[in-house]
Amino acid sequence: MSDDSPDSRPATDGGSASDSGVPEPDLRSAPGEQPGPAERDHPEGRRNLEGIRIDPVVEAEHESRRAVISALVEDEPGVLARVSGLVSRRQFNIESLTVGPTTVEGHSRITMVVEETDPGIDQIEKQMAKLKPVISVGEVSGNAVTAELVLLKVEADDPAAVHAVAEMYDGRTLDAGPRTITVQLTGDEARIDDALDAFRQFGIIEIARTGQTALARGDTPTAPGEKPGTAGEPTTHDD
Amino acid sequence: MSDTAAHPREDDPEGSEEPPAGAEEAPDAEPDHAAGAVSTGAESVVAALETAGAETAFGVQGGAIMPVYDALYSSSIDHVTMAHEQGAAHAADAYGVVSGEPGLCLATSGPGATNLVTGIADADMDSDAMLALTGQVPTEFVGNDAFQETDTIGVTRPITKHNYFADGADSVGDTVGEAFELSRAGRPGPTLVDLPKDVTQDETDETPGPAAPPAGTDPDPNADADAVEAAARTIEEAERPLCLFGGGVIKAEASDAARTFARTYGIPVTTTMPGIGSFPEDDDLSLSWAGMHGTGYANMAITHTDCLIAVGTRFDDRLTGGIDTFAPEAEVVHVDIDPAEISKNVYADHPLIGDAGRVLDQLTAAVREAPDAEAWRDRCADWKETYPLTYTTPEDEPLKPQFVVEAFDEATDDDTIVTTGVGQHQMWASQFWTYTEPRTWVSSHGLGTMGYGVPAAVGARVAADNMGETDRDVVCFDGDGSFLMTMQELSVAVREDLDVTIAVLNNEYIGMVRQWQDAFYEGRHMASDYTWMPEFDKLAEAFGALGLRVDDYDEVAPAVEEALDYDGPAVVDFHVDPEENVLPMVPSGGANGKFAAAEDQL
Repeated sequence: MSDDSPDSRPATDGGSASDSGVPEPDLRSAPGEQPGPAERDHPEGRRNLEGIRIDPVVEAEHESRRAVISALVEDEPGVLARVSGLVSRRQFNIESLTVGPTTVEGHSRITMVVEETDPGIDQIEKQMAKLKPVISVGEVSGNAVTAELVLLKVEADDPAAVHAVAEMYDGRTLDAGPRTITVQLTGDEARIDDALDAFRQFGIIEIARTGQTALARGDTPTAPGEKPGTAGEPTTHDD
Repeated sequence: MSDTAAHPREDDPEGSEEPPAGAEEAPDAEPDHAAGAVSTGAESVVAALETAGAETAFGVQGGAIMPVYDALYSSSIDHVTMAHEQGAAHAADAYGVVSGEPGLCLATSGPGATNLVTGIADADMDSDAMLALTGQVPTEFVGNDAFQETDTIGVTRPITKHNYFADGADSVGDTVGEAFELSRAGRPGPTLVDLPKDVTQDETDETPGPAAPPAGTDPDPNADADAVEAAARTIEEAERPLCLFGGGVIKAEASDAARTFARTYGIPVTTTMPGIGSFPEDDDLSLSWAGMHGTGYANMAITHTDCLIAVGTRFDDRLTGGIDTFAPEAEVVHVDIDPAEISKNVYADHPLIGDAGRVLDQLTAAVREAPDAEAWRDRCADWKETYPLTYTTPEDEPLKPQFVVEAFDEATDDDTIVTTGVGQHQMWASQFWTYTEPRTWVSSHGLGTMGYGVPAAVGARVAADNMGETDRDVVCFDGDGSFLMTMQELSVAVREDLDVTIAVLNNEYIGMVRQWQDAFYEGRHMASDYTWMPEFDKLAEAFGALGLRVDDYDEVAPAVEEALDYDGPAVVDFHVDPEENVLPMVPSGGANGKFAAAEDQL
């Protein structure tokens, strides 16, 4: 240690702290004498934003994709607030959320359409699963059956044309007045989008959409462990 | 309302204990019904708490919670009246950390509940088991903006593991029991039950049953056997293995299992800050704790490891620094009870979902031979030599705060409980004290709550006393800023005659902010320089505590001794060097391996 260097003390030396008076000098280096960042070895490797080690040859980046997540939940006060609060707090990118009863009394189904990376989708499922009223949650596997209901109010300048377009898309006219016509459309997202494009020519005054809801195809349960069937048998947390 | 009959003391599992003073004077203390019988919702609440094993509650009275307090009047549960609800929550939190049992706090509706919020959020961030009971306006007024009404369920929803709105006197006891058990099931965390006054006042004879956590919340403690085997192979083949023990190791009472695993296979150990105490810092394998102000050698090791065995940690950003440079060449074995923590921040090559202790035992059994890590251990030892935690004590500079921490460490036994506020003093208390046992480091980690230290000392002291460990010292290191935020709880320590020692490392700054302003804001000390501070020793005397002031090195040892020897709360106002910085330091988002050992390296 050079003469002008201040006394320095290592931590936890158990030496002289209890002695009265100014601590005596120590032989170990002062913080300022330790090698700086540039003098140290640093590894070459890196991780991406999702904490995954990056392969130097192929950099693993996840593209976000659309996923339908279905959750069976206990129908208790505040359950929707818990789910929506979770989604907003953790900044999950959500397109729609629907909720409604199931065949089991006291159980509801929440269907969410999200746009996330695979790790993001995984996080949504795991965080949802931690909510006490959530009985079961998972991505609807395979190509889910999805549908949305849309109410659409257009200008009634050409009622026959509106009616024709509605028929083309299996829509129903719910109300026809002197100035407006209200049509109901159902279907999957592509069909709804096509229909809205067609209706745009009439001038869309107002629109209300339920958001996508979904069921798994065939015998596959929609939420993991769910007991589909007509008996209305409740799924439990342990299934 | 006249027959607020007491719970017969015969139910008390701790029946040999003296009843609280004053209980004899209860007008209706004569038990007039069978053991465990209740007559109101509030009595059912208290019966549920007693059945669940709650021994102590921390709280503040108020209108909507009065029926519960009235039922506590003749309960075996001790109640510590705090000066402020935030203090009640922190005290309950610390009580839980020290005792291993869920803490319990109470507050009334409205401001009582909102004052709890900081403490609940603190417990949530640190996964501490705690139950908060809040009064609420009567059910028929809910939603009407009644006097002292707050949507407590709405306010606390994002900061609790789960919260409950009690919906009737018949079920409220079971609800409270479930909430208590849920707080410690699986990954611990705070729960809350909001208690409308009509629910607690209404008559009921429904005695709460044995409490259990709700279905699906008590996970399988064992990790998947195949996953354990795969992780074991990775560990065997590692050249630079490193254990990272987090707070989950302590919460799972897994410190012994953790020590066995690391020592059996000769794997160096670093901890997170909440994991301090899980592994003895004086062990040759210990690299102390990693992260923003962790040791240089821990941060070097965590940067260069090729196999990181992380147990009970959520990879907080203060630990990882920039994710891109965090253990960038490590295969990660991640043990956690909460599946949602797996690959949340750092990808887990080997996710092992289960209880920390059980999975560590599984791993100890599954690993066939120790990894060949002698060269790695030597490298870690070299880093310990090269980057020791040090500070300088030039004669022309004021007293150094690190010296004070070391003086207390030396003057106390290994089982001493340290609590802290948040800031520079907290970092020095964690760096310059050698922790060897779990549940001796009680601090606010995730939320970083200034003011945690004094109420935490109250809770820690009560917990230690309840466990019969009255000889253990409780030392609170506080900053002047932190102390000013909750020092009113000193009144509780005096009133309850709690033997705690509060060391204020007083630099008349929000020191950590001042340090950052010097490093990153060209030294503009906006709102960090107090310029004036009360005389804390005189303030302590006014509270009825022992108050001491220290300015020089030669006063430290005598003051430490006097404060520790004093039978009751003592405050020592250490006037320390206002220019002292916490080092080493990894700048926010930086690489752990590029920590600054000194200011000029920032």
